[in-house]
Amino acid sequence: MVMQRLSGWGRTAWTVADLVHTTDVDVVRSTIGTAGERGVISRGLGRSYGAAAQNAGGIVLEMTSENDPMGIDADFDPLTGLLTVAASVSIDAILRMCVPQGWFIPVTPGTRFVTVGGAIASDIHGKNHHIDGSFGQHVHSLTLMLSSGEVIELSPEENAAWFWATVGGMGLTGVVLRATVAMLKIESSRVEVETVRLENFDAVCAAMSADGSDDDYRYSVCWVDLLATGASMGRGVLTRGDHAVASKLENKDPLAYDPRLTVSAPGWVPNGLLNKWSIKAFNEAWYRKAPAKSHIGLESIPAFFHPLDGVNRWNRLYGKQGFIQYQFIVPLDRTDVLRKVIEKFSAAGVASFLAVLKRMGPQNGAPMSFPTEGWTLTLDMAAGISGLAELLSEVDTLVLDAGGRHYLAKDSHVSASAVRRGYPRIDEWMSTQEEMDPIGLWRSDLSRRLGLVDQRRSL
Amino acid sequence: MKNGVGVAQNIVLFGGTSEIGQAIIHKLVKPGVSHVVLVSRDIDAAEVQVAEIAERYPDLEVHHVRFNADDSASMIHVVAEVAQQVGDIDVAVIAQGVLQEGVDYYKNPAALLPVADVNFTGTMVLMYALAAQMRSQGYGKMVLLSSVAGERVRKGNPVYGATKAGIDGFALALDHELIGSGVSVLVVRPGFVTTKMTKGMDKAPFSTDAETVATAVEKAISSSRTVIWVPGLLQYMFLILKNLPTAVWRRLPL
Repeated sequence: MVMQRLSGWGRTAWTVADLVHTTDVDVVRSTIGTAGERGVISRGLGRSYGAAAQNAGGIVLEMTSENDPMGIDADFDPLTGLLTVAASVSIDAILRMCVPQGWFIPVTPGTRFVTVGGAIASDIHGKNHHIDGSFGQHVHSLTLMLSSGEVIELSPEENAAWFWATVGGMGLTGVVLRATVAMLKIESSRVEVETVRLENFDAVCAAMSADGSDDDYRYSVCWVDLLATGASMGRGVLTRGDHAVASKLENKDPLAYDPRLTVSAPGWVPNGLLNKWSIKAFNEAWYRKAPAKSHIGLESIPAFFHPLDGVNRWNRLYGKQGFIQYQFIVPLDRTDVLRKVIEKFSAAGVASFLAVLKRMGPQNGAPMSFPTEGWTLTLDMAAGISGLAELLSEVDTLVLDAGGRHYLAKDSHVSASAVRRGYPRIDEWMSTQEEMDPIGLWRSDLSRRLGLVDQRRSL
Repeated sequence: MKNGVGVAQNIVLFGGTSEIGQAIIHKLVKPGVSHVVLVSRDIDAAEVQVAEIAERYPDLEVHHVRFNADDSASMIHVVAEVAQQVGDIDVAVIAQGVLQEGVDYYKNPAALLPVADVNFTGTMVLMYALAAQMRSQGYGKMVLLSSVAGERVRKGNPVYGATKAGIDGFALALDHELIGSGVSVLVVRPGFVTTKMTKGMDKAPFSTDAETVATAVEKAISSSRTVIWVPGLLQYMFLILKNLPTAVWRRLPL
């Protein structure tokens, strides 16, 4: 038993749990057999920002295989593009294996350091949600260990209700052991990217709207400057594109792939490093760096999809206080709410280093999956800002009143009632969850805070 | 659970009518708090003081648990009862305390027993019971209201000073024992606080009020600090006072 202090990627709300690192099915089964009333949750690479993969006083199964001497536990058919892979394997490992063979992961978040298990549990999305949907839609089947220790096979055809309860189920239906994912065929490891500078928020929304040309691009996302005021309020840099065809790369190996970590954040950072002034200066430089006129160029996979992975442990840049990431979605016709939210944060002097806007496509069959047709805005902020709890609560109300909701993989503050309002199918999910886990074994700090699992079911 | 912006879901106040304790509760209750438990002898008096918070936060549930602070052994059951009502105890504010004035302990030495029971023995039992509960939760914060009176116990009220000195030392050592468990203790050392407890007494220098103490606690609770002084200047003053030669200390007009 190793008692370990754990937090999410945001480095807030630390709690202590018994951490068991394993990828062995028998060890998983025997470990869950020893669980007490605080239960068990599985954890991958800990990239959820809040408390989704921690379990105060209970057991945390750390299922990662980053440095496994046995290599990647995966079965890949380069003819069909079907990849059957252990849940502990990261997207990073998958890309290293598959990109040189001409295949890409169908959905990637802003970091490649997430496991397949985590990708399913959070039903992650990427810059292509408006075209390709979220991760769960590309999973053909998965193997799950239930709280009874029984291992079952789930797919959208076979036991669909349990499959979709697991997709976006935050690890609360069981431990995902393996999954079969349909990969995406690519001709090159480059992305042909169009970069457009947009001078204010209206221009941003217009450029990304469904009536515009946005659906012509597989990938589309806009960085937004939340500190710009007046006429430039909400100005941004829109980048969109698709995998480049091989003929675009002259005389180069089209599938060469070499992701590297460039620099590391220092071990200690003063709390105020990322403040209103430093971020304002960064934003100005970032905006000016983008060409005033639309520009098309080739970018590598890491540069386009995973820019922050270039800085190892970038989450330490906020110092000891940690940071929170706020991601919500509102219906397409509620750009007024986006504007109000931006104004509210701006008026409170909350500086966000990363603010990203994306238009999402329709929702999939998972009751607790976050993406649904609408606009999603993501911003991060230092956790130590005074009055933040009150400010976020006001913003939550704006979002919920507009029929929006919050992304649980990012969440570190919303209330149980906010989740109930935002996810209208939560009762259906909770009853499926109870069917799958009648003893109430699966628990996390997130599930406790949000009442996702009936606490009265005790082991 | 506590959330990412430092808000604890379940907060318990031991000594539910304590003015400083109440002021701390007022500061700690923010959006995200689900339960507040007031543990006190006089439930009605405790309730009146949180009526305003309950009105401001409609989702907040306020609970009451009765206790006799001088019945040390009963503290174990009190903690169990609180946990039964709300589940995890995320933050416990330990504010029960007795300050007797004008009692002639030479004539009536037994009169000091309830002071020792409430301020020292009972609080130790309570803190061990809380530590056990919080350790099993993998997380928890105890806020102990100590006093500068325990820093260098002086004549006039040696009983009060000694109980505070004792519990302060105990709490620091308990915090040390709990390293690595996710549970920690914040020891609060206010100077003279103008409250009903000190009504009619002469104000000491650097006196403060409940509101100021509460603000300092709010700020320190999500930090890694183990001890805070209110006002902060007292820390440096007592560094000197503690190290004065006895002959000088005894001559001070404190």
